[in-house]
This record gives sequence, structure tokens and C-alpha cells, in this order.
Amino acid sequence: MATFGYSLTPSSRIDLCKFNQEKWNRLVELESDVLKCMACGSCTASCTAGKFTRTSLRSAILYIQNGQEKQALELVQSCLLCGKCFMVCPRAINTRNLLLSINKIYSVK
Amino acid sequence: MNNNVIVIGGGPCGLEASAQLHKMGYNVILIEKDDHLGGHLAKWDRLFPEGIPAKELLDQLTGNINGVKYFLKTEVKSINLLDKEYNVILSNGITILAQAVLMASGFDLFPAQKKEEYGYGIYDHVITNADLENYFKTGKDCRIKQNPQRIGFVHCVGSRDEKAGNRYCSKVCCATAVKQACEVKEAFPDAQVYCFYMDLRMFGRGYEDLYLKAQRDCGVRFIRGRVSEVAEDLNKQLVVKAEDTLSGKPIKVTLDLLVLMSGMTNCSAGTRIAEMLSLKRDEDGFFTCKDTIFSLQESDKSGVFYAGACTGPKTLPDTLHEARAAALAINNYIKNKE
Ligand code: SF4
Ligand code: SF4
Ligand code: SF4
Repeated sequence: MATFGYSLTPSSRIDLCKFNQEKWNRLVELESDVLKCMACGSCTASCTAGKFTRTSLRSAILYIQNGQEKQALELVQSCLLCGKCFMVCPRAINTRNLLLSINKIYSVK
Repeated sequence: MNNNVIVIGGGPCGLEASAQLHKMGYNVILIEKDDHLGGHLAKWDRLFPEGIPAKELLDQLTGNINGVKYFLKTEVKSINLLDKEYNVILSNGITILAQAVLMASGFDLFPAQKKEEYGYGIYDHVITNADLENYFKTGKDCRIKQNPQRIGFVHCVGSRDEKAGNRYCSKVCCATAVKQACEVKEAFPDAQVYCFYMDLRMFGRGYEDLYLKAQRDCGVRFIRGRVSEVAEDLNKQLVVKAEDTLSGKPIKVTLDLLVLMSGMTNCSAGTRIAEMLSLKRDEDGFFTCKDTIFSLQESDKSGVFYAGACTGPKTLPDTLHEARAAALAINNYIKNKE
């Protein structure tokens, strides 16, 4: 292959076509509250685990919707299931069940 | 047939509706529970978007009600339908038979102390939007220091919040926050001002310009994240936590003053009267209009009309339009009856 003195890196652009509808449907089945998130960030702001490792339910939901499942999973794996995010969520999302469900669906290859 | 119309609530809505009905020739009786006319407007300093003094509008409204009978510090003790007229007994002992009743009962500000995590009434330097207006009016509030260096505004306090029981948006508090952010910057030029918002609802004419002014002329920092908690440190300063959702990182900032944007809830005094009439209310607590596009001024009971914030959060211009529309609706109703 001819080389032109530079190499291609994987694009950093989000490809919405990578979104997996089938897995999302399963997530909605397990916890339909995922549809209620308004991305306010309260969960992330008061997350117990977030003080030590990057943990963010808000970002995880966004990453899943953007087809970036691996990154999404990384953001919830350090979760301690303390439930503090449930206390602050203005949409009263059942965050613990949502976190568990994300783990269940997106950790299987 | 008498031509009495009762207007409940002496805020901007009730004042404007009374003036219009009076001009149409009705005998208007305006009932106000407080000891002054003007409602919340009487406690406000300046109005968005241009910063017009609230007093100018209030003077204009009260100047227009010449000839309207009004009772201050008066409540409705009982109200019921007798044939086709409403029999209303007031707390001052007066009984009135009226052709129509207009609910212009407005709103109550959400009690900010209910959001305990923001520390209103607990920490020394947490105030509400209404407190700040009062400070601008009177120059007095012991919670505001001489020269605050960092000032924060929390949007959506008691609005868009299932935990507070209010899922709806209060509509006017984004514009109020941006207006007040500019005003505190003018009052304290050395201060850095932050607004913590989820969505900026700057929908009206001139509101976007107000936003631009806040950014360009006042250097207000807009942080896209809901404040999740507030703590007080040993110096009595406030440590505010949120997520900066745009960078995806939890952030904190230490402030000298925090202003909570209390939202609107249906007026409790108005609700009490509505209960006597078994008027329908929506899940959000506000009165249910006959329909939501065509007949906003009509209730589910014939002869009872609505205007202003008793059917949901409204801006002042919205409220004044509804007051006039209600006067027209009442006129049509009474003319049809005759
Ligand atoms: S339950 Fe998990 S994500 Fe929620 S606050 Fe606790 S550690 Fe953070
Ligand atoms: S607190 Fe609730 S609504 Fe806000 S970002 Fe987290 S999950 Fe979404
Ligand atoms: S107008 Fe703005 S601050 Fe008020 S409830 Fe709506 S989004 Fe929140």
C-alpha cells in the first residue's frame, strides 16, 4: 500500500448509525425510565463513586444513544449502587435499576 | 337583572380585567386578600426584558380602575350558584349576587425552603428571586454582603422537578434569572456571576437580547447543569455542586451569594375558593380551562371565568392579554344570558 507520510486515526466523530436499537429496546423493557432523562447532570454531580473514578449515569445514557457502548459501560462500572443519584434526580428516574440494567445489557458482547 | 361581576384577586390580572369590565358598563367588585393592590408586581423592582420599573406598570393599572369597587384584606367566605347567579359572601360581611365570577387569583411562589438541599432559611447567604427584587427596591437584606465576589443563580427551583411535585416549567424564571444576573453585575461590578441552568427558555421578544447582554456586557457564565446540592463552609461561604454537562465533569464553586429561582404554583387562596365551586384542576394544581386553545378564559362551570397565572405560569403581557380576553368572554356570556 502506498504511504503518503501520514496515517489515518479512527474518526472522533460520533456515528449515530452505530446506535443499537435492539439493545436499547431491551433496556427500555428493563427500565423504561431511561426515556425520561433530561440530561441535567444532578446524578453525576452528587455521585459517590464520582469522587474517585469517572462515573456518570447521564453521560452513560448519552453514550449509549450515540452508539458508544464501550465508553458507556466504563462510566457505570465503578458505581457503588448507593442510590444517591435517585435522591437528586428531578425526573424521579429509578437510577439503581437503570444502572444495573445498563450493566446487564451492554456488558454482553 | 343586576350587572355585578366579581373579580377575585387584585394583582395585575384582576386590575386590568376590572378596568375593562368597568368600561363595558359592568358593576365590578374586586376582592383582594392582602392589604394592598398589585399582588407580586407590588413587590417587584424592575421587569424583563427592558428593565421597566414595576411601579410604572402598577401605577398605570391602578390608575385605570377608577370607579371599580374594591375590598382589601377581604376573602370569600362562601360562594354558590343560585339559579343563574352567584351568591358570594365576603369576610367583611357583605353579600353580593353576581352574574359572573372571574378568578384572577394568580400564583404563589414556590416555597424555596422545601428544596432543603439548597439551604434556603438554613444557610446565611441563600436568597430567592423575590428577596433579590426586594433588595433592589429597598437596598436592605442582611444576607447580601457588602461586596460579594461570586454570585450564583439556580434555575428551576421547584419547577421541572418531580421531587418537588412540580413537573412543569414556570416559564418566567429563566428570563428573571438573566435579568437579575445583569442587575447584580451592575450593582456589584467586581462580582463574577454564574447561572446554573438546564435549558434557557428565552422565548419572548427581546429576551434573546437580554441573554446576549448578560454574556457580552455582564460576563455572566452560564453553566449547563442543575445544582444538585449546596453546603456552607466554615467561612459561611456556599459550596455549590453541579455537573458541567458540556464538559462532562462534576464542578464546584464557592460563592458569597446564591439566588434561587422559585417557580410558580397555583395560589392557595384561589384554590380554596375553587374548591367551594368544585372547579376542576389539572395534575399540576392549576385550574383546568374549558379547552387549552380556544377557550382559555372559560372554566367547566358556566359563569366562572379564568385569567392569568391561575391556569398556569404566565408572563405579565400574557396575563394582561388574558385579563382583556376574560372581560370580553364575560361580556359575551352576560349578553347571551339576557
Ligand atoms: S448509585 Fe452509583 S451512579 Fe448513583 S450516585 Fe451512587 S455510585 Fe453514583
Ligand atoms: S439526574 Fe436524572 S434526569 Fe438528571 S441526568 Fe441524571 S438520570 Fe438524567
Ligand atoms: S423558565 Fe427556566 S428556570 Fe423557570 S422552570 Fe422553566 S427552565 Fe426552569
